[in-house]
Amino acid sequence: MFGYYLNLALRSLGRNRVLTTLMVLALALGIGACITTLTVLRLLSGDPLPGRSAQLYYPQIDPYPKDGYIPGQSKPQENLTWVDATRLFEAHHAPRQALVALGSTKIQPREAGGRPFFGDAVMTTADFLPMVGAPFRYGSAWSAADDTAGARVVVIADFLNQKLFGGANSVGRTLRVNDHEFRIVGVLGHFSPQPRFYAINLGRSYGEGDGLFLPLRAARDMELMPNNISCWEAGDIEHLETAPCMWLGLWVELPDAAAVANYKRFLDGYVREQIAQGRFHRTDTALPDLMEWLRIENVVPDDAQLQAGLAFGFLLICVTNTIGLLLAKCLRRSREIGVRRALGATRVAIFGQFMVEAAMVGLAGGLLGLVFAELGLWGIRHQPAEYASLARLDPGMFAFTFVVALASALVAGLLPAWRACAVAPAPQLKSA
Amino acid sequence: MQIKPVLTALRRHKAGTVLIVLQIALTLAIVCNALFIIHQRLQHLSAPTGIDEPNLFVIYNQWAGEQKSKQEIDAQVRADLDALRQLPAVLDAAPSNSYPLRGGGWDNFVGLTPDQVQPTSDAAVYLGDEHLLNALGVRLVAGRNFRPDEIGTLGLREEVHPAQVIVTRALAQRLYPDGSALGKPLYSMSTTPSTIIGIVDRLQTQVVDDWQLAYAYQSMIWPLRLDWPSGVYYIVRARPGQLDAAMREAPKALFALDPQRIIDPTDSGSFAQIRQRAYESDRGMAILMGVICSVLLVITAAGIVGLTSFWVGQRRKQIGVRRALGARQRDILGYFLTENLLISGCGVLIGLVLAVALNLWLVLRLGSQPMSPAYLAGGVVLLLLLGQGAVLAPAMKASRVPPVEATRSV
Repeated sequence: MFGYYLNLALRSLGRNRVLTTLMVLALALGIGACITTLTVLRLLSGDPLPGRSAQLYYPQIDPYPKDGYIPGQSKPQENLTWVDATRLFEAHHAPRQALVALGSTKIQPREAGGRPFFGDAVMTTADFLPMVGAPFRYGSAWSAADDTAGARVVVIADFLNQKLFGGANSVGRTLRVNDHEFRIVGVLGHFSPQPRFYAINLGRSYGEGDGLFLPLRAARDMELMPNNISCWEAGDIEHLETAPCMWLGLWVELPDAAAVANYKRFLDGYVREQIAQGRFHRTDTALPDLMEWLRIENVVPDDAQLQAGLAFGFLLICVTNTIGLLLAKCLRRSREIGVRRALGATRVAIFGQFMVEAAMVGLAGGLLGLVFAELGLWGIRHQPAEYASLARLDPGMFAFTFVVALASALVAGLLPAWRACAVAPAPQLKSA
Repeated sequence: MQIKPVLTALRRHKAGTVLIVLQIALTLAIVCNALFIIHQRLQHLSAPTGIDEPNLFVIYNQWAGEQKSKQEIDAQVRADLDALRQLPAVLDAAPSNSYPLRGGGWDNFVGLTPDQVQPTSDAAVYLGDEHLLNALGVRLVAGRNFRPDEIGTLGLREEVHPAQVIVTRALAQRLYPDGSALGKPLYSMSTTPSTIIGIVDRLQTQVVDDWQLAYAYQSMIWPLRLDWPSGVYYIVRARPGQLDAAMREAPKALFALDPQRIIDPTDSGSFAQIRQRAYESDRGMAILMGVICSVLLVITAAGIVGLTSFWVGQRRKQIGVRRALGARQRDILGYFLTENLLISGCGVLIGLVLAVALNLWLVLRLGSQPMSPAYLAGGVVLLLLLGQGAVLAPAMKASRVPPVEATRSV
């Protein structure tokens, strides 16, 4: 039976080539636009560390002065001062934790005559790389003892290792960073969480990743300046460690809900203690997990949301258009339906026949829509936005395209098919 | 033309009619908002900077090699500038800390008294020497330029508040609305006054984001040469028509003087490139909206053509009867045009409500601006014309149905 419907549908679609093309094209354009914008949205709102993001938390407090403070209407700050960050860090209230700041370093290639270049560097502490699950190709991360000693050690990314050492094992060799010698202790494998959650509030959010990871203390000993410093009153940024400036992020790993509640209590307690000492004036604290933090930071740009909304409106219009055209087509075939009904076809059979026809349109629309989506993503990859190069169709979206296409076509087919099976056979036969 | 028969006939095609109405309504809602967004973005990205853009380029020069002292850096900056100014294709060059449309940079609060708590306004800070006005090509409308002996230097972590400052007309207006800014003081996050010695016509700030629009032209220039160990921006103005030559020669001249430097291509380039970089998301959005609008209009028109053609085919016999009873060709044409006008009218009415609702959602959700009614009016006219245009071909076909059709049984 299904084969027969398929045959009928193909013939019917072939009879009105212009109309069929129009329906398929409209549906394909709508689907292409939807899939393109959804892929971008998914990319932007994706999980940078699947499997780990639920255990990573970002403590926030507010060291701002009292002026202008209205309790309940203020949000804790994005970053921490050195004083608060080190105090929270040294309290060791989480099994693993790491301080993070981002800087830009000058890297001097070994060979004579090589031009120095700039690379993004993450100043952090020993647990950071193991905690976020960064894979090591050679060597390993530095130790907590290196942190306290201010040891000049560095972990470099795979692309930097490729550029400087041709991809060879460079552990034990030295690298000249901002005119200081650093010993390479580890080389990462591919590590590029998207977005770079630890850097969102510190500078950049998408892209290749950071070339260097160095111990915070060693980096500060050579006066590497963080990219993002925000001060609430005039301060001497030469002495960042004492200035009223926030420039550090703290990530803590909390394995379960009890640990989270515990840490939040600790954070609130810390703030109360600071208020009692007269250092703090504001009680607000927050402990978002990684995904919540991304939402707070508004990583999905308004433009991307606007485009996705628009694409759905577009698809809606395309579906409406398809309903109209399918309806016209099927009403024109009232006589054919009358004959089939008179020869014994049930209403269900007629309904099925027209739904098969709609599904064919959907399938064709989906296929063509896939082509349009690939075109759209190709266009986006050639845009200069930071995330552009990552816009690709993954298998999930690929399957989803067909789900959307079939669903839209079947929804579009419902009304015409229903109208078709409601056709009374007698009048159609009489007038013929 | 009688409307009643049209309405009666439409009642027999409810489903098709409702679909066209819906499609027109949705199209109107999206097209109005899209046109509005396009216009806003185009307006934003064509805002003038006030500088001689066609002949300008910027070099972000970073110092590499062993760290130099402030005196060494200052000497190198002066030597670099001398070399740049001597190039045949270069009209003038100046050092600075930033440039318009850079995307971010230094800005300061400004007040009128030393002990002011709430600042009067906010202004972008550009550093430069006595060549900066000429290098940028901004027009001095009052007062004078800096003299060479007024130019100071700014080293790393030094806080200098210059005695003289040049401001833009917009900033002068904001500080002294009575127009008396020249010679008056301003306080920029300090208790030392800076005297306004000159006013330039227009100089845009570094940031082009929406939140910055109210301050877009509030800039001031401080007579300071930037001697930071990180680097300095060279603003270079080529002689008319010699931009390419100047852009080729300048880096060569600099590297010949001292190879220990890095020119950062992501923060340098001709002003055309800088403008493109600053507004790429706006342009992308405008193009996308434009494409979506046109495709939507085509699809809607195609839908109308499709359904009307079907109706015409279905009513051939009735049309024949009317023709046989004396209706002229243009009566038939008029019938279908009126029918479409009624349907489009309904769609447009619903679409107006949807368009306003969509705009409201954009305002609430994404903080865009409320749409002016002109876009609604424009959208309505556009869609009514589109409907009439789309229905014309099927209606002409209908009008050519011969009266003899009435006598045929099918």
